[in-house]
Amino acid sequence: MTEQTVNPGEVLLEVEDISLSFGAVRAISDVSFDIKKGEIRAIIGPNGAGKTSMLNCINGFYHPQQGTITYKGQKRSQMKPYEAAAQGIARTFQNVALFRGMTTLDNIMTGRNLKMKSGLFSSMLWWGSAQKEELEHRRYVEDIIDFLEIEAIRKTPVGRLPYGLQKRVELGRALAAEPELLLLDEPMAGMNLEEKEDMCRFILDVNDEFGTTICLIEHDMGVVMDISDRVMVLDYGGKIGDGLPEEVRSNQKVIDAYLGGGH
Amino acid sequence: MFYREAGQFKSSYKEDQAIFPILQDRIGMGIILLIAFVGIPLFTGDYFIGAIMTPFLILALAAIGLNILTGYAGQISLGTGGFMAVGAFAAYKFATFTFTFGGFEGTMPLVITILLSGVMAALVGIMFGIPSLRIKGFYLAVATLAAQFFIEWVFIKVGWFTNYSPSGVITAPPLIIMGYEFDTAAEKYLFTLTFVAILALAAKNLVRSHIGRGWMAIRDMDIAAEIIGFKPLQTKLSAFAVSSFFCGVAGALWAFVHLGTVEPEAFGINRSFAILFMVIIGGMGSILGSFIGAAFIMLLPIFLNNVPPMIGWNIGVDMVAHLEFMVFGVLIIFFLIVEPHGLARLWTIGKEKLRTWPFPY
Amino acid sequence: MLDFLFFVEVLLSGLLTGALYSLVALGFVLIFKASGVFNFAQGAMMLFAALSLVGVQEMLGVHWTIAFIITVGIMIALAWCVEKFVLGKLVNQEPIILFMATIGVTFFLDGFGQTIWGSDIKILDIGLPNGAFDVGGVFIDQLELVAGLTAGALVIILAIFFNKTKIGRALRAVADDHQAAMSVGISLRYIWIVVWTVAGLVGLVAGIMWGSKLGVQFSLSLIALKALPVLMLGGFTSIPGAIVGGLIIGAGEKLAEIYVGDLVGGAIENWFAYMLAMVFLLFRPQGLFGEKIIERV
Repeated sequence: MTEQTVNPGEVLLEVEDISLSFGAVRAISDVSFDIKKGEIRAIIGPNGAGKTSMLNCINGFYHPQQGTITYKGQKRSQMKPYEAAAQGIARTFQNVALFRGMTTLDNIMTGRNLKMKSGLFSSMLWWGSAQKEELEHRRYVEDIIDFLEIEAIRKTPVGRLPYGLQKRVELGRALAAEPELLLLDEPMAGMNLEEKEDMCRFILDVNDEFGTTICLIEHDMGVVMDISDRVMVLDYGGKIGDGLPEEVRSNQKVIDAYLGGGH
Repeated sequence: MFYREAGQFKSSYKEDQAIFPILQDRIGMGIILLIAFVGIPLFTGDYFIGAIMTPFLILALAAIGLNILTGYAGQISLGTGGFMAVGAFAAYKFATFTFTFGGFEGTMPLVITILLSGVMAALVGIMFGIPSLRIKGFYLAVATLAAQFFIEWVFIKVGWFTNYSPSGVITAPPLIIMGYEFDTAAEKYLFTLTFVAILALAAKNLVRSHIGRGWMAIRDMDIAAEIIGFKPLQTKLSAFAVSSFFCGVAGALWAFVHLGTVEPEAFGINRSFAILFMVIIGGMGSILGSFIGAAFIMLLPIFLNNVPPMIGWNIGVDMVAHLEFMVFGVLIIFFLIVEPHGLARLWTIGKEKLRTWPFPY
Repeated sequence: MLDFLFFVEVLLSGLLTGALYSLVALGFVLIFKASGVFNFAQGAMMLFAALSLVGVQEMLGVHWTIAFIITVGIMIALAWCVEKFVLGKLVNQEPIILFMATIGVTFFLDGFGQTIWGSDIKILDIGLPNGAFDVGGVFIDQLELVAGLTAGALVIILAIFFNKTKIGRALRAVADDHQAAMSVGISLRYIWIVVWTVAGLVGLVAGIMWGSKLGVQFSLSLIALKALPVLMLGGFTSIPGAIVGGLIIGAGEKLAEIYVGDLVGGAIENWFAYMLAMVFLLFRPQGLFGEKIIERV
């Protein structure tokens, strides 16, 4: 069970021939693709094409009936989501999945949970190592808060925040885990132009500064074509295109799927 | 002095993360502790101390326990009474156990007895918490009733727990620490207060640590919590364990300090409900709320018993009991409508308003 | 042979008691299905209905059918009050808050019922048959048999009500999606009053059965707690689940008490049902009739 170190440009995660179905409904059929270290990989496709299901498979929330997923050179068996998190896979959600009863700060702090080790008793005492640990992580989280420019809402319960800011906090929570692979499920859905531009900038910065590999699902074609290195297209659970943005753009099948032709 | 934080700057994250970051709150807390530790024992009578303050503190401790499980970790429990019973009977078994150690014969020190009984309750809590991995929400609430009724039954039926007392009643030994006996109402009160104050502080520390954040994450959205790396098993069971520990210690104190002689029925389903109400009315997810809720539920019956005669309205005893039920029900509904998040929330809102008063913009 | 007959007798008696549990559980299910409210007050409603029936009968000295009709009126008024003063004020609150509110209703009803009608044990006699009869060596309690048949009849009536009437369709629509139902012009208020009334009437029937068996007394409201494991087994939203769950719990409990109880000191009836339901759910979290839950993010 040893994990390899993956250098930039090499394959970080490889998905081979996976199929997933719920009863008679087939969500994904025989899809293969890979994600290379350091790239921004996009998955696009019409509603119900199986994009979110694909992310769910990657981070262990769903278990495909067939096929294998290899992460850092290591084939994965049925793994739990928290094990995927421990291996460095973090994500955001299509419908914001923040902890509504907690403040922005606490939400982002939860992202650090895998790195916090202090036990029950020292936490009860709030003394010595537990306090030191808490403050160290607070510092890291404050850096993320600065980076995402959400200082002002630090102590606001997230339930009260507007949607665009919630998405930003959610990104912060995922970043707090210092992930190697970051899965973003429609990070720009429901945002106005300005918010989208901000989000794009954050995604590119994360990719640039921390070298985080990103796999994202997005509907806005313009955004996808601008920021991603490679694009995969799903339709009805199957893969219909994969490659550089320009290649995908000129792929006839993709054009058909989006314009409704051929169905 | 106004309630203001202007001019109080924090220059480190440590100061920002203190329990009471505002000076006035720290002063207020100091005054409350002073009254509790000095004022009450000096200036109030035995009835107030023994029949109101001591049980109030113990029930508040149990409410903190349940609040950790229900308010913070989001797992509804109707088995609080059962876990308190475990604490009480475990304490009794530990206290009556004589051990020999190198020719020295003795019993376990009182404080250790009480803490150990909390640990026993925690173990039982973990056992009954295991279903929470598969069973959620109201289904879990019903499942915890299994704990309540089963534990009650065990203590009634298994003679070993009561040292084969024919009446099924246990009598607590005198409270002796280092040869000093706590026997007056004031001494017992101080004994309880010390326990409760320390444990309440520990609870507060815990819920603002990464462990507490894990509980709240599971409460708010369990799927997301698991995906960002909280192990559901560990998180939920730790909540059950800590919660039951608090309830267990409360049970032990209830038996040893408050009642003296106890039968399992003292920890029946009605006790569980009463503590649940304290949590709801006081405020879920608030340590302060546990105290407010306990005070409210303790004082209401006393109030209802005393007010009608005071205003010259004589009604029968069972009538008072029925009225108590009605008023209780109405008040619960009233509070839920006015502020579903409990009295502690009203307090917080009040403070926020005060902070900006008189210019709220 | 004798042992076998005895077994059959215990089993039958258990099943019929189970039918009585089902009657209480049915009220829970109706309300949960239509409004998502976990109605803790169902037991209190049952007690209140039975108390009112006996109380009206005694006070006015009328035949029980007239008292029954008056009690139906009282239950409708109760449903209206619950909607008006409790649920209507708590729209869009979390389920746990609504659950707590129904606990408040429970306390109020328990106190109110006893304030008005007194707290003595009352005998409820509307001429239901009593005593046991003998079928090939197996004794069957007549009252329990009547209760079983009534439960069966109620389920059929409710099934028709839900599937064939306009109100029934509206109820199912509300159960699926409040917002959507409202947007097609279904009045949520009206639906809630209807469903609480129906649950109250189911409570009345259950109260008559239990009251005839045990007398009308405070402990009836505790029987409602026994309906909880029935709900766990059958699922909170399934009417057939309430019936089958009730039968399983009733039979399991009786059999366990007779065949296992003595070995461990007796009185295991107090907790057996809960344990049974809990262990069952560990293996099938969606209950007997629930659909497999697919979690989404």
